[in-house]
Amino acid sequence: MTQHSGGRPKADNPARDITQRDGALTLVFSGVWRMDRPFPDLAPVTKALEQTPAPKQLAFDATAVTGWDSLFLSQCRAILSLAKARGIAVDLSGLPAGAESLLALAAKVPERQGAARKTNRTSFLESMANIGISLSESTGNLLEFLGDVTLACVALFRGKAVFQRSQLVSLIYQASVQALPIVSLISLLVGLILAFVGAIQLSQFGAQIYVSTIVGIAMIRVMGAIMTGIIMAGRTGAAYAAELGTMQVNEEIDALKTFGFSPTQFLVLPRMIALVFIMPLLCVYADLMGVLGGFVVGVFMLKINPMQYLVHTWQSVPLANFWIGLIHSTLFGVLVAMAGCYRGMHCGRSALAVGQATTSAVVTSILAIIIATAIITVTCNIIGV
Amino acid sequence: MYEVRVVSTPAATPESRQEPAIRAEKLTMAYGDFVIMRDLNFTVNQGDIFIIMGGSGCGKSTLLRVLVGLKEPAAGKVLYREGSLWDTEAGSKRNAILRRTGILYQSGALFSSMTLAQNIALPLSQYTPLKPKEIRELASLKLALVGLAGFEDFYPSEISGGMCKRAGLARAMALDPDILFFDEPSAGLDPVSAHLLDELILELRESLRATFVVVTHELASIFAIGNNSVFLNVETRTMSASGDPNELLAHTTDPNLRRFLTRGKE
Repeated sequence: MTQHSGGRPKADNPARDITQRDGALTLVFSGVWRMDRPFPDLAPVTKALEQTPAPKQLAFDATAVTGWDSLFLSQCRAILSLAKARGIAVDLSGLPAGAESLLALAAKVPERQGAARKTNRTSFLESMANIGISLSESTGNLLEFLGDVTLACVALFRGKAVFQRSQLVSLIYQASVQALPIVSLISLLVGLILAFVGAIQLSQFGAQIYVSTIVGIAMIRVMGAIMTGIIMAGRTGAAYAAELGTMQVNEEIDALKTFGFSPTQFLVLPRMIALVFIMPLLCVYADLMGVLGGFVVGVFMLKINPMQYLVHTWQSVPLANFWIGLIHSTLFGVLVAMAGCYRGMHCGRSALAVGQATTSAVVTSILAIIIATAIITVTCNIIGV
Repeated sequence: MYEVRVVSTPAATPESRQEPAIRAEKLTMAYGDFVIMRDLNFTVNQGDIFIIMGGSGCGKSTLLRVLVGLKEPAAGKVLYREGSLWDTEAGSKRNAILRRTGILYQSGALFSSMTLAQNIALPLSQYTPLKPKEIRELASLKLALVGLAGFEDFYPSEISGGMCKRAGLARAMALDPDILFFDEPSAGLDPVSAHLLDELILELRESLRATFVVVTHELASIFAIGNNSVFLNVETRTMSASGDPNELLAHTTDPNLRRFLTRGKE
């Protein structure tokens, strides 16, 4: 867009003269009053309107105006409000016909009293109080959600939960088969990385074979579960939050409620079942892929006999690790599904809110996964497993 | 941008009304293999309030999307003053055409992360050399024009559906467009608000000298504001009439159009 410099003389640039006779002020406009030209400064008009004694009348003369757009209107409007504030009578008839009627239209609906926002600054104490209030509100919401989910689970065990079985099947499909490629890739690479980290240290004193133990225990006990948990938080948890959030925006959740369905049973329950059912299976699969990653490093880089590597893995990794891994992943399934559904169900009614719900679903589930891992690890340490 | 002409009413200048603003030539619209409408030929003249009418699902909104460059037609041309909208080699020309248009979407389509004033300011800050203060004043002028003075700092989620629609109109007018497109302006509005919106359209046509293309099946609106129209017949999959809706009602022999214009009574 070309900017016209203010100093360049141009025949049809906008210009304004102020004439004054017997206390009547007339603004004489000429030229093309459009956005792409520099408008003359408003200060002389302001000065003329604010002089004492105040002019009795304000009139316009726009016969020499050859073109105008809404910036011209906007300036006229500013002048009008100045005149109004000073109690000066205004005669609009000198303006171009369209401009006159548009200005009248703009003034037709008066500004709603109290509608305009005041930008009031909140004090430190007030903002702390606001944080406290919102914290207690969200705790209440969370407890209510947990209560709803518990009731829905009770209904499920009594065989009275209402949801669509076909939807459950497609949810399971989305969370399992469609997640396999990414789970394979990431856990294979994590196994590979673990093996490399161990190999550098162990080969210094000829204990390369223990790479299999490191990879086996790390993957099977915790890394397989954590990696699937984080993948599913980013993949499926986020999808749940976005889907339920958009349903909230489209009033679909309201529609369910008015049909007498419980949204918790209809929407949250199948998602929880799907993830709780699928996460342990995905975790076992991730364990295998991780061990395979270690196997590749052990066999092709450290030249360990393939059979020996597998047998050593089998012998040196106690079975308890496997069960601990399964406990992790089942718990992660609950946490990821709950975080996604909770954020989605409490989503606002705008595109912005859906984005926020998705973000906080992922953040919440990853946070929950790490905290839960820490708790389980400490507990296992205390009971000595 | 509007020129000031020495005229009392737009209807009194037949010469200026004969300038075509948009022309559709042999337009065919399809989704994949499924043809919705074929062989549409019509002309929207400068200063018209042009109604696109037809039953539900006949492709009114699709036609609007084709006219504003959101959906490519399967065949045919959309001609503006600058040339064809769907010329493949004319990307910059298309932007120049679209800069002259403003669109009011069915439910407002306001950006929910911005206040009403910011919604209107967005195109202004991108395409004009104005200062922030001037943009702010322009935004509040546009809001005042649609009767929303004082709502500058509200978010779309904080106002009612009808107000969202009016704010959407204010945003559509942000760049002083020559051609304004409306997708079902009165859908979801109460009769009084719908009537006020019609009045507003007429008022804006008088003062802005802009061209309006309105998709609607609201009969009251059609007769009150329309002076030119096209009727999309869902059965024959093509247009069956074009012209002033009031004259169409008086003279048409097409049974489908008669049924449409009389609410199925004839």
